[in-house]
Amino acid sequence: MASQEILREEPSRGSFINDPKIRSLFFQTLVVVLLFASIWWIVNNVIENLQRLHIASGFQFLRNRAGFDISDTPIAYTSDATYGRALLVGLINTIIVAVAGIITATIIGFVIGIGRLSHNWLIRKICTVYVEIFRNIPPLLVIFFWYSGVLAVLPPPRESYHLPFGSFLNQRGFYFPRTIWGDGSWLILVAFIVALAMAWFVAHRARQRQMSTGQQFPVFWTSVALIVGLPVLAFLLAGMPLTFDFPKQSTFNLTGGFQIKPEFLSLYLALSCYTAAFIAEIVRAGIKGVSKGQSEAAGALGLRSGPILRLVVIPQAMRIVIPPLTSQYLNLTKNSSLAIAIGYPDLTATAGTVLNQTGQAVEGVFIMMIAYLVLSLITSAVMNVVNARMALVER
Amino acid sequence: MKHIAIGILGAAALGFMASAASAGTLDTVKQKGFIQCGVSTGLAGFSAPDDKGDWKGIDADFCRAVAAAVFGDGSKVKFTPLSAKERFTALQSGEIDILSRNTTWTSNRDSALGLDFVGVTYYDGQGFMINAKKLPGVNSALQLSGAAVCVQSGTTTELNLADYFKKNKMEYNPVVFEKLEEVNAAYDSGRCDAYTTDQSGLYGIRLTLSSPADHVVLPEIISKEPLGPAVRQGDDQWAHIARWTYFALLNAEEAGITQANVDEMKSSTDPNIQRLLGTEPDGKYGADLGLSNDWVVNIVKAVGNYGEMFERNVGSGSPLKIARGINALWTKGGLQYGPPVR
Repeated sequence: MASQEILREEPSRGSFINDPKIRSLFFQTLVVVLLFASIWWIVNNVIENLQRLHIASGFQFLRNRAGFDISDTPIAYTSDATYGRALLVGLINTIIVAVAGIITATIIGFVIGIGRLSHNWLIRKICTVYVEIFRNIPPLLVIFFWYSGVLAVLPPPRESYHLPFGSFLNQRGFYFPRTIWGDGSWLILVAFIVALAMAWFVAHRARQRQMSTGQQFPVFWTSVALIVGLPVLAFLLAGMPLTFDFPKQSTFNLTGGFQIKPEFLSLYLALSCYTAAFIAEIVRAGIKGVSKGQSEAAGALGLRSGPILRLVVIPQAMRIVIPPLTSQYLNLTKNSSLAIAIGYPDLTATAGTVLNQTGQAVEGVFIMMIAYLVLSLITSAVMNVVNARMALVER
Repeated sequence: MKHIAIGILGAAALGFMASAASAGTLDTVKQKGFIQCGVSTGLAGFSAPDDKGDWKGIDADFCRAVAAAVFGDGSKVKFTPLSAKERFTALQSGEIDILSRNTTWTSNRDSALGLDFVGVTYYDGQGFMINAKKLPGVNSALQLSGAAVCVQSGTTTELNLADYFKKNKMEYNPVVFEKLEEVNAAYDSGRCDAYTTDQSGLYGIRLTLSSPADHVVLPEIISKEPLGPAVRQGDDQWAHIARWTYFALLNAEEAGITQANVDEMKSSTDPNIQRLLGTEPDGKYGADLGLSNDWVVNIVKAVGNYGEMFERNVGSGSPLKIARGINALWTKGGLQYGPPVR
């Protein structure tokens, strides 16, 4: 017994150096201290060197007058606004193109991804060719393809293509009539909201009824009728308070109406097409990942192929699809900074201009990095919530 | 993307730079054996590579003049092409020793950006160019209301454009690119109705368009654009060398010293020329600057005097054919005036 006790005490009697707990604590503290010390040293050195080189520093410049104009301004902006507001315009432009791109890329991606598993040889091959082309070209080239290859060769404003509904297409972009809502148009909005609520209610009741009685109700068509019908009824009741501002030819450009500039169009189309190729592969992998027995079992229960895909396969595939999908959304957002090559005023472009006009490179780059970091973290957070809701619920 | 890389590199360079006062630029330059000169990515007449890859233009020649003053050899220059956005960070972070890139001298750049402008090697002003074939009847910039205007980002041009349209209560649609080639391509393809930059630049760019004869430069000059080289603030010796190289070019022209006759001129008895060329007995004007006494001889042998530099690159000896105008010497009614070497 005595000898055993001695043996057991021996490790702790040696010294602290041999205690694994203390050792790991020591090294962790050391790493943290070193990390913070080096960060502090770098920051301090930057400040010292900036002062030595007589370069202004700090973020006061954000409140100064910008003095330059921006082509796409989703919020009110003139050259009299501040540098801070110019950066905000850039950030909003980035968000607009990222959100629009994500939605379109997801739709194209799902269609192509499901298409690659089609039984139809032609559809399958077309989808394969699409994926292989766009997945293997750098995004910058895809952007240039749309900008210089497709949109720049359109006719000049005086020879625009006339499209239906008073819209035009030329090398300055896509023009369509702007809607101007008159008095009483609030009624239409109210009708729309009421219709949405009613559609939700119908769907809810229909599900309850199907659960208890097994009888089905045509939810989809009822909802469409409600959501389209009620606002149209309200529109007629309010005395059709809608006029259009059509684009018209003027000295240089078409004026009036609503213009989507080629810079935005090419960036949006390029990002959508490029990312859609990756999403298609993720969707295909997700569907392939659902065991074949699942659809066979659903078939044995008498479900047709449409409901099998919609009710059995896709919900399970989504669990596989969502985590890599998040990465693609983040990639799309970050790739939107390639806008600088074609002059779309996104965050990188406007921050670059601000950086150059003020000469405050350190602050400018810092703002850009923080903005993209925050955007990406928000996207991840949203996708994590979606993922958690989709995750397998054990019953 | 590149400007971000330079921005980060610049930030990193600032972060890791030794905080103790570093050696002067002259010593560093002498040690490495060449001058790193920041130029444009290609603007005819100012700094553009020719078909053999040699940089040509007033701005490139100015760097050669400084190299000749320092090393006695005008070829000891390495050129770094920079976009408008990258140029200041490159100079601040020490990537280049001198910025000679059709850069406008402004108070903000001279103070808050940590630059020190050397002088005005070219007095310019901003103008507009349009395609006269597509827009017949437009003969003044005041008719440009509603036009799409191509402009390079991060320039004083971009700011003057905003001010000009605001002052004249006109609307416009800015089409902004980072690189000169991108602006040129967009204008050439018809994306914009007008192109704005310094007038000298417009003449240079017109030559590169697909049909130069269709384009006209409108008469309005909307701003003052004194273009000149800049160095880092806080190194007086290096700033003096750059500044007096510029003055030496002007003084050489005024004294009639040219690339061809500089060796004959060395035997001149004119005390003014003797002081300039370092042949005055006991004169040490070059040594006082940290250079050799025959520094002006080296400069003129390398690039000629200011007038020769001008005519060769943008004047009658070039495709641009720009008249001297206000860039003539003060003795001929222009603004170029070199303080005396004595």
